[in-house]
Amino acid sequence: MVLGTYKQVVTARSTDKQIQKIAQDGGIASALLCFALDEKIIDGAVVAGPSEVMWKPEPTVALTSDEILAAAGTKYTFSPNVWMLKQAVRQYGLEKVGTVAIPCQTMGIRKMQSYPFGVRFLADKIALLVGIFCMENFPYESLRTFISEKAGVDFDLVEKMDIGKGKFWIHTQDQVLTIPLKETHGYEQNGCKVCLDYVSELSDIATGSVGSPDGWSSVFVRTDGGDTIFKQALEAGAIEAKAINEGKFGLEMLTKLSTQKKEKAMKVIDERKAMGLPVPFKASSEKEGDPLANV
Amino acid sequence: MLARIKEFLGMESKPKEVASEQEVEKVAEEKPKPRIGYIHLSGCTGDGMSLTENYDILAPLLTEMIDIVYGQTLVDLWEMPEMDIALVEGSVCLQDEHSMHELMEVREKAGLVVAFGSCAATGCFTRYSRGGQQAQPSHESFVPIADIVKVDLAIPGCPPSPEIIAKTVVAAINGDMDYLQPMMDLAGYTEACGCDLQYKVVNQALCIGCGTCAMACQTRALTMTNGRPELNSARCIKCGICYVQCPRSWWPADRINKDLGL
Ligand SMILES: Cc1cc2nc3c(=O)[nH]c(=O)nc-3n(C[C@H](O)[C@H](O)[C@H](O)COP(=O)(O)OP(=O)(O)OC[C@H]3O[C@@H](n4cnc5c(N)ncnc54)[C@H](O)[C@@H]3O)c2cc1C
Ligand code: SF4
Ligand code: SF4
Ligand code: SF4
Repeated sequence: MVLGTYKQVVTARSTDKQIQKIAQDGGIASALLCFALDEKIIDGAVVAGPSEVMWKPEPTVALTSDEILAAAGTKYTFSPNVWMLKQAVRQYGLEKVGTVAIPCQTMGIRKMQSYPFGVRFLADKIALLVGIFCMENFPYESLRTFISEKAGVDFDLVEKMDIGKGKFWIHTQDQVLTIPLKETHGYEQNGCKVCLDYVSELSDIATGSVGSPDGWSSVFVRTDGGDTIFKQALEAGAIEAKAINEGKFGLEMLTKLSTQKKEKAMKVIDERKAMGLPVPFKASSEKEGDPLANV
Repeated sequence: MLARIKEFLGMESKPKEVASEQEVEKVAEEKPKPRIGYIHLSGCTGDGMSLTENYDILAPLLTEMIDIVYGQTLVDLWEMPEMDIALVEGSVCLQDEHSMHELMEVREKAGLVVAFGSCAATGCFTRYSRGGQQAQPSHESFVPIADIVKVDLAIPGCPPSPEIIAKTVVAAINGDMDYLQPMMDLAGYTEACGCDLQYKVVNQALCIGCGTCAMACQTRALTMTNGRPELNSARCIKCGICYVQCPRSWWPADRINKDLGL
C-alpha cells in the first residue's frame, strides 16, 4: 500500500475565508486544529510557528486559534515539533495535545507511544496528529541559497514558498520566481534519502497539496480518532470536501510520486546495508510483504 | 481483568510466538501468574516508584496477575526465592561483594533477568562514580549489570515510564515476543551517552531533525540547533533514552501499525 492505510481520501478545504487566504493549500491543517480547539478535543497544539528569523520556524505551543493561524504556511526547513510536546504537557499542563507533523516526526511520536521508555505520561495525551505530506526537507542554509543566491530575492520580501510541477516557487508581493527542482538537488537533508513515507502514513489525518487543485488539499483519513474528528469538522461546516480526482491529477499522481520516493529510498537503503552502514529499515531482500512498506 | 488492563495499555490480546525465545514463553505458558522479584542494587528506588505509578491497574496487577515474591521495601523476606522474572534496579559496585553476590544469585534464581531502569541497563549516572568518598572511599567502580551476568531484557529510563513497565509485564505474561524483542536487543546497549546521537545518527546521515531525542531526554541535556540535537554533556547522565527513542535508531513499524489499528 504505497499510500498507507486509510478509511477515505478526499479533496477538501477550509470554509473559513481568512484561513483560505493565509494557508499553504486548503488550510486543512489549520482548520482541523482550530476546530479541535473550539470543540475542546484538544486544549492546545504544537505547530511550526514563526521565529525572529524569517522562514526559520520554531516549534510553538499554540493555545488559541490566532496562534495556530500564525503558523499557517509551509516552511521548507526544520521545525522539531516533537521536541515541544513534552513542554506542552509539562510546562503548559495540556491534557489533550494536537500537533502537525511531517512523516518522520510522526514516526518519532508513534514510536514514543508504542514504546514510551523514558517518556512518562505523555503517550496518551496526543489527541490529534495531523500529518502533512513530505517529499524532502532542507537545512535553513539550503533555503537561503535558493532564495538569496539562486533567485536573488531578499528573504523579508518572500510571502510564500511552494514546491510543485517540478519547480521551487518563490512568491513575493509583486513577482513569482521559480527554480527548477534539478537545481535544488544536492541541497536536501541527507536523512531524507532513506525516508519511506510520503503521505504521513501514521498520522490520524494526513494532508498535502499533491492530487488536488490549487487552494484545495488532498486528505487521507486514517485512524478511528481521525475519522471521528474529520466527520465532526465536516458536519460543523468547518471544512468542505469533494471526491478526489482518481485520475492523472489526483490519486494517480499521488501514487506515482509516493512510489517514486519509496523506490528511490529503497535503493539507498539497500546500498547502505551493502556498505554496512546503519539504517533502521529493512533491506528489500529482507522484506516479506509489501516491498515499499515503511518497515 | 486482563482485558481491562490490555485495554488500558492499548495492547493487543493475541500473543505471538517466536521459537527461539523459549525462556519468556515458558514464563507465559507454564506459570500464568509469574513470580516477580525486585532486586535493589546501586539504584535510587525511582524505578520501583515508577512501577507503583500505574495507579489505575496496580491493584489488579498485583493481586490477580503477578505475585511479588521478593524485594526490599516490598516483601519481608531475607532468603531469595526462585523467581520467574527479576527486576534488577541499579548498577553494581565491583568493590561491594554483597551486591556482586546478590546479582550472581539473581541470575541463578530467576528465569528472566531484567535490567530495570538505566542504572542497571547502561550504568546511567553511576558511570560518573570514581570513589574517594566516606564511608567507603574504595567503592569506585559501578557497571551495568550486563557486564557481570547475562541480561535477558533491558528497560532503560531514568526512571522508565510507568507505562513501559506495565506494558512489559503484560507482554511477558502474554508471551508477546514481538513486543519484547526491542528490549532484548537493548540488553546489549550498555555504553550509552547523549553523544550517541552524533555518532550513530547525525554522523551516519540518518538524522531528520524531528526533535524526539530532545523531547525524550529526562535531564534537558539536549536542545535542537539548526535541526540537529545539541548536547550539553555536563547535564548528560548517560541514560541512553535519547538514542533509544530516536526513530532512526530502531523502527518497530509492525507494532505501531497494530497499535494504531492501521
Ligand atoms: C518540508 C515539507 C515538505 C513538503 N512536501 C510536500 C510534498 O512533496 N507534496 C505535498 O503535497 N505536500 C508537501 N508538503 C505539505 C504542504 O506544503 C502543506 O504543508 C500541506 O498541504 C498543508 O497545507 P494546509 O493549507 O492544510 O496547511 P496550513 O493551514 O497552511 O498549515 C500548515 C501547517 O504546517 C505546519 N508546518 C509548516 N512548516 C512545517 C515544517 N517545516 N515542519 C513541520 N510542520 C510545519 C505549520 O505548523 C502549520 O500548522 C510539505 C510540507 C513540508 C513542511
Ligand atoms: S522526506 Fe521524510 S525524513 Fe525527510 S523531512 Fe520529509 S518526512 Fe522527514
Ligand atoms: S531523534 Fe530525531 S532529531 Fe534526534 S537524533 Fe534522532 S532523528 Fe535526529
Ligand atoms: S542526552 Fe539526555 S537522554 Fe541522552 S543519554 Fe544524556 S541524559 Fe540521557
